[in-house]
Formats: sequence, structure tokens, C-alpha cells
Amino acid sequence: MNTFKFYGYRRENGRVGVRNHVLILPLDDISNAACEAVAGNIKGTLVVPHAYGRLQFGEDLDLYFRTIIGAGKNPNVAAVVVIGIEPGWTQKLVDGIAETGKPVSGFAIERNGDLKTIEMASRKAMEYVQWATELQRTECTSDELYVSIKCGESDTTSGLASNPTVGNAVTKLVKMGATVSFGETSEITGAEHVVRERGATKEIGEGFYRMWNEYNDFINANKTDDLSDSQPTKGNIIGGLTTIEEKAFGNIQKIGKEVKYVGVLKPAEAPGGKGLWFMDTSSAAAEAVTLWMASGAVIHLFPTGQGNVIGNPITPVIKLSANPITCKTMSEHIDLDVSAILQGEMTLDQAGDALLKVIQRTASGRNTAAEALGHREFIITKLYRSA
Amino acid sequence: MIHFLVHGAKDNVAVAVTDVKKGNAGVCMNIETRGTFEVTSIMAIPLGHKIALADLKVNDTVFKYDNDIGRVVSPIKKGEHVHVHNVKTKRW
Repeated sequence: MNTFKFYGYRRENGRVGVRNHVLILPLDDISNAACEAVAGNIKGTLVVPHAYGRLQFGEDLDLYFRTIIGAGKNPNVAAVVVIGIEPGWTQKLVDGIAETGKPVSGFAIERNGDLKTIEMASRKAMEYVQWATELQRTECTSDELYVSIKCGESDTTSGLASNPTVGNAVTKLVKMGATVSFGETSEITGAEHVVRERGATKEIGEGFYRMWNEYNDFINANKTDDLSDSQPTKGNIIGGLTTIEEKAFGNIQKIGKEVKYVGVLKPAEAPGGKGLWFMDTSSAAAEAVTLWMASGAVIHLFPTGQGNVIGNPITPVIKLSANPITCKTMSEHIDLDVSAILQGEMTLDQAGDALLKVIQRTASGRNTAAEALGHREFIITKLYRSA
Repeated sequence: MIHFLVHGAKDNVAVAVTDVKKGNAGVCMNIETRGTFEVTSIMAIPLGHKIALADLKVNDTVFKYDNDIGRVVSPIKKGEHVHVHNVKTKRW
């Protein structure tokens, strides 16, 4: 399939979004109430309450800022209202998001109280909504997309069909000149030697291997058993997956057989160019998708076996499954049914093209199942305890 | 009708792509070569679960995707259900 066209939003910095959110962004846990009040006042805004932002420090604090500022910078966001308890870090978020050139304003609660803050922030949010709703979609091309990939509640049908479908689409997207990112560091355990060899250079492969080793050391230092029921999960086991090694080989079908990754990224770090990138993430769906959204991904591909229901408030999550029981019993969650592959009635090439078509339609505005169902999981990855 | 799919030539397990009853002589297809052979289930194998393609003894390696996916912890006969009760990870 050649490069395809879609209708997206070209932002001030030239990046392309597929949604047009006016985001009400809390700096910290205690600003959620004011943010939710603003979102209640002004229709057409999107609020992302979360649990963190106080007394974090070191690498955990860096990741926190990268995640929150990255959410504001995502091209799916047209404009941002930030509310924080105090003005210092509130301004830090505003300044970080303003680098994109998009409209952003911050409001601090101290010396104002919730009520005055909510009024001021609501007036600004209303101005932004009326501005953003006049923006028009324009013709864009598939090489301008940044797509992330991660599977969940996988079973053996994931490794047989839905993950290879993503692998087929990813191979085509990278050839078109798009940007793609994969990760799930701990879930590559058992197939890490294969991924190490897929780096575009030896140094890049070694960069991945260092990240994988660090994650594996962390698991070994903290585990109380062999991770049975956690990795693979209870759902994976019900679906027939037995060991982490089996799950890992299923997982890496998502990157296809040819494409090499051109770099490795810290969690929530934006890719520095086009092509396939590895990101260091956990394998928990909502945490990982939030990290990719914060790195600028505008669409996420999510193959599932047993039927993970995840969504993200900012980045549409497209779900596909090859498990005929899941496609039948949970049809409202599945954007693309590729179960025909299991009976040899659909080829991977056909399935990959069908997925690209769903990407094209989603990028032009069609809501995904998760969007229609209101799945807005915004989950910040926290590395350790706060001070 | 395909009952089982197998990933690689070296694999000693295949995946049921439909619920397979005990004593069923099922068609097994290699997804790369698309070559088929027959395998008989000596117990019921639910959709998504694995069947042994050979007799396996304790500490044998289970191969899927032509790769090592774990070790056998209790003896398995050809045609039996292969899962967490008779195979464990070599990691963690």
C-alpha cells in the first residue's frame, strides 16, 4: 500500500494531530477538583485527572514533567488550560507546552482559592473552545503520522494473527515514512536476543539491551515469586499463554520481520525522527499508552486476545483481535476483527491493509470503540516513592 | 477446517484455533509453509491452548516460534494439553 491521505489538524509547529482537544490539565492531584469544575462549566473540553505531581524528585520527577508537559504538547491537543496549586511548577508546564506554539494558560490556586481560579480558568477555556472549534481539518499524508503499538490481554491468537497484522501494517507505515514506537521492556524477556539484533546499528541494539537488563534487574530485585499470574497475567493464562518467553515471541510479531529500530527512547521521550523506535515502558496497558501519548503518538494500535478494553483520553486507541470468541462476546470493543486469519480465510497482507484503512478513517475523525465507550485511562508511570 | 496452527518447523507444540474435543484427529497447519499434517488430541484442548506434537519428558525444552519458551516440569504425551501444569518459565 502506498502513502495514504487523511484529514488531520496541522499544528503551529507543523506536527499533525487527528483530534482537536481543549485540554484542562491538572499540575497535581489536589488541582483535579478545580479542573473537573472547569470541564463541567465549559462543554467541549477534556479533563485528565491524575494522582501525582507532589514531592516527586530526581528521575521520577523528570519523568512526571515529561509526561504531563508531553500530554499538553501532543498534536491531538489544540489548546491547554493548566491549573496547579502554586504558580512555580504551573508556569513550568505552561512554558514547556508553549514551545509548540499552541495557546496555553496557567492558573494557580494559592491566594485565589478554587472558586476564583475556576472562574478565571473557565473564561480562558471558553475562549479556547470557541477558537479551536473553528479550526478545520486539512489534507495530510501518512508519513506525518506517529503511531505507537502495544498489545494487551494477549493470548496465543495474538502471536498467530493480531500481532502479525500489526507487524504487517507497521512495516508498510515505516516504508511510507511514518514514525512508529514499540516497547514493553519486561515483556520482551525470552526474546531479548532477537530484539537486540534488530537495532539499525550494533550500538542501538546494545542501547536496547542495557534498558532490558536494567528492567530485568529491577524485577529480580523486587520479585517474591516467578511472577506467575502477573507476567503472564491471569487473562493471558486463561487464553493459553504459558510462560513469559512464549508471550515475548508473540509480542515481537508486532514489529514485523524486516524493519530495524533507529533509536531507543526513555519513557515518554519524543522520537527524534521517522522510522521505528524502541521505548522503555512497562507492559501495563494504560501506563504504557499514556507514555506513548506523552511522547507525541497520535494513534495507538492495540491488538488483544482475551479483550483488554483500554482507551486513552488524548490518543485514539484502535483495537484488533483474532480471537473469534472475543470478537463475538466483546464486539463493542473491537475495531477490526482478524479472526479469519486463523482459518486461512484472510492473509496477513489483507489484514495489514484492513488495519491501515482503519488507521486512515480514525485519523480523519472516526471515533474508535474505546472513544465511543468513554475509555479515558490517563495513568502516569511513577518510578518510586515521593519524598 | 483447521484445528491447530504451528509457528515453526522445530516446534513441539501447536495451538488449537477452535475448541478441540478429546480423541479428535485434527488438521494441523504450519503458518509459514502452509503444509498440513494430522494430530490426535488425547484430551480436550480449548481454543488458544497448546497440544504436544511429541512425547516430552521432564526438563525437555518446549519450542514454539522455533524458539525456547520454557521447560517441561511433568511428563507430557503426544496429543496432551500443554500449559502451566506441565511447563514453566526458565526465567525469573
